[in-house]
Amino acid sequence: MDVFGSFTLLLAFVCAVYALVGGIAAIITRHPLLVKSTRQAGIATCVLIFIATFSLEYLLFTDNFSQAYVVSHSNRDLSAFYKVAALWSGQEGSLLFWSFLLSVYVISVLIAYRNKNGELMPYVGVVLAGVQTFFLTLNNFVESPFKTLATVNASGVLEPFTRMDGNGLNPLLQYPEMVIHPPNLYSGYTGFTIPFAFALAALLARYPGEKWIHLTRKWTMIAWCFQSVGILLGAHWAYAVLGWGGYWGWDPVENASLLPWLTGTAFLHSVMMQEKRGMMKVWNVWLVFCTFMLCILGTFLTRSGVVSSVHAFANSQIGPWFVGFLGLTLVVCFVAYIKNRDYLKSENQLDSMISRESSFLFNNLLFLVACIAVLSGTLFPVFTDWFTPSRISVGAPFFNKIMIPIGLALLFLTGVGPLLAWRKTSADSLKRNFGWPLLFGFLFAVLAYVFDYRNAYSLVCLFLCGFVFWTIVMEYYRGAKVISARTGMGLLMSAHELAMRNTRRYGGYVVHFGMVLIFIGLAGSAFNTDVQRTMNLGDSMKLGPYTLVLQSADTKPEKNYTAQRMIVEVLKDNKQLMMLYPEKRAFQGRDQQNGTMVAIYSTLREDVYVVFAGMDPDTNTPVIHAFLNPLVKWIWLGGVWVVMGTLLALMPNSRATLAVAAVPQTASSPIAQALNPSVTLREGHD
Amino acid sequence: MQNRAKFGVGIGVIVVAMSFLAWLGYGESKTYYHTIAEYQTLSASERAHRMRLAGTVAEGSIKRGSGRVDFTLEEQGKTLPITYVGSDPLPDTFKDKSQALVEGRPGSDGRFVAEHVQAKCASKYEAAPGGDKPAPAGTTQRSSM
Repeated sequence: MDVFGSFTLLLAFVCAVYALVGGIAAIITRHPLLVKSTRQAGIATCVLIFIATFSLEYLLFTDNFSQAYVVSHSNRDLSAFYKVAALWSGQEGSLLFWSFLLSVYVISVLIAYRNKNGELMPYVGVVLAGVQTFFLTLNNFVESPFKTLATVNASGVLEPFTRMDGNGLNPLLQYPEMVIHPPNLYSGYTGFTIPFAFALAALLARYPGEKWIHLTRKWTMIAWCFQSVGILLGAHWAYAVLGWGGYWGWDPVENASLLPWLTGTAFLHSVMMQEKRGMMKVWNVWLVFCTFMLCILGTFLTRSGVVSSVHAFANSQIGPWFVGFLGLTLVVCFVAYIKNRDYLKSENQLDSMISRESSFLFNNLLFLVACIAVLSGTLFPVFTDWFTPSRISVGAPFFNKIMIPIGLALLFLTGVGPLLAWRKTSADSLKRNFGWPLLFGFLFAVLAYVFDYRNAYSLVCLFLCGFVFWTIVMEYYRGAKVISARTGMGLLMSAHELAMRNTRRYGGYVVHFGMVLIFIGLAGSAFNTDVQRTMNLGDSMKLGPYTLVLQSADTKPEKNYTAQRMIVEVLKDNKQLMMLYPEKRAFQGRDQQNGTMVAIYSTLREDVYVVFAGMDPDTNTPVIHAFLNPLVKWIWLGGVWVVMGTLLALMPNSRATLAVAAVPQTASSPIAQALNPSVTLREGHD
Repeated sequence: MQNRAKFGVGIGVIVVAMSFLAWLGYGESKTYYHTIAEYQTLSASERAHRMRLAGTVAEGSIKRGSGRVDFTLEEQGKTLPITYVGSDPLPDTFKDKSQALVEGRPGSDGRFVAEHVQAKCASKYEAAPGGDKPAPAGTTQRSSM
């Protein structure tokens, strides 16, 4: 199976090269048969990558310990669930997984658009084949997952051998979220390849019309959704497994996943400027290019350990390959842009400081500044290493100082932007639109103050959360009222009808609502507290309004590890609430590595987060570290809304009924036109 | 043109404000990386910086006291005594012969006083994909976010 696997990978490489070279030839000669055969080569590449990936899974499931990869990342006792995850738990496997997910996207695009966008698709195919060729080069020639174990025997000849058992999977990864987090994040990273391909193809082909920008936007939304979920799952994993009480540490790998998310989010907003007003075309194209390059950079940072490899930690051979590919991509993008820049000429100018355009402009500026700040902070050790005699890193205070104000400013724009009219907004409409939301935000902040959330940034954040929430409610209410008046449906039904008629706009509001919830959660982080104590059985300690009592301890042997469990009772006002079981896990196999299982009692108000930190070496009594983290749950809830909103925005609009279509198009109210998405007036108030 | 000027001012204000905040954050959190060999040749002014050092925990050197843990880091034949005073429990992977990364400042008695310790097992370990940390078990750093 390993020979079969590496053969299919090699064949996939050949097909990808053909799709790339033949694709270029097809564009030049415009020969229809060549166009067709290169598209089929693209599809074959994907199918072959699927087969290779399944071969590796087959080797993992059949416990084939003659395979280096299987030995390093699996063992006999590993459950089937984690054998699937073993695919992406090592360098070689995760690069193959990258190719696999990219192929899922590529094959969908090639098949779905085979008879559409005639002039554009050959270019798209070439760009996609180029990216696939790069990753297949790594899969085949640099980091092959199908290496067999071999040893030099007495007569000096290489001889294959098989181990009895493998080293097992890293204990930190033996956690359910580690099975769904990487596929999500990787689907995000790989997914941004598709918008990149469409944007670059449109630029190269000078493809007329706005069709490509719709396609780019749609695929960006899909990748963006996966990326958001991936980031949140990663944060949750860090929170629930690493046991330091937080979910985000501005770690280089976390930052790497945030970078394309920031530029991708910026693009999803600025693309509206292009669709409605024909502006910011150059900017948009470069945002898509940068997002893709940041994905490659992110994969590179994650995989090569260039930043975290502080003299000692993991090193890898793939660094130069990624740098080379990034450089090549940049050159291609730049040449394509220089040659075709007149194709991206802006059709309009900015009219007013207080307008929808200006809010998008500042939104993009803030996302860009955020991206530059995170990028430079992350790469700071690398740059100082190159340009100064010392290597200097910056930590969490650097990122927090910049990102908190930017986050708050973006939250403010989230509320303001949708209420501003295109071109110019009158002072009168400002008063009409913002009075209630401001009042509601103020009440929200007062409430927070009364409940003791007294920190400047948190209060501002909660004020803005209230403000944005109310603007969203008003948008839904006004639209629903119009529909309700025309159709006689109830308000809730009308709101549903409203959302279905312009899924993109109202899905966007749902995403904004999700972000509001996430920001509420972030605001809580200013009030985290913790206590750490050595506890004998029966001892108790205070944590805010809670009392924690160490009831007993036990040991629980499992298939793969032995768990040492502390049984902690949580009381509030002398009433028992919950039993918590924080554990330490000693894994067999990997040098008796340990794992920590955090126990969390989570409510909307706060999380009681209990870690069994180990035994005190002097007294041999357990040390319990307990954190009280307010509002954390809101972050995960917000994530759910973000996903639902994105799914809504991806749905096609339902046709407006005749009654509504009859609304006069000249109406200046934004709602009237929001109701009728088929109107594509350039300067409409959407 | 007047509009452009207004936007210019707006953009300028944001960029200047953010640069100022970045500069503040940089001053607060900058940390120098040194090897143990380099560390021993640093000048007095350079020793005032916050820094990170990496090495291997010397076998049998870990001594746990009350509120502190003493151990010795080795790197290419050089050794350095470390005192860990942080409040977080030492990571699960911190043991003899594990690779460790310490962050802190030089103490007065020739020992290096570490506030954070990251560690990873000496055995082959690869960074996990995605949002995983390069040395996850060892991360005892925390941010205020």
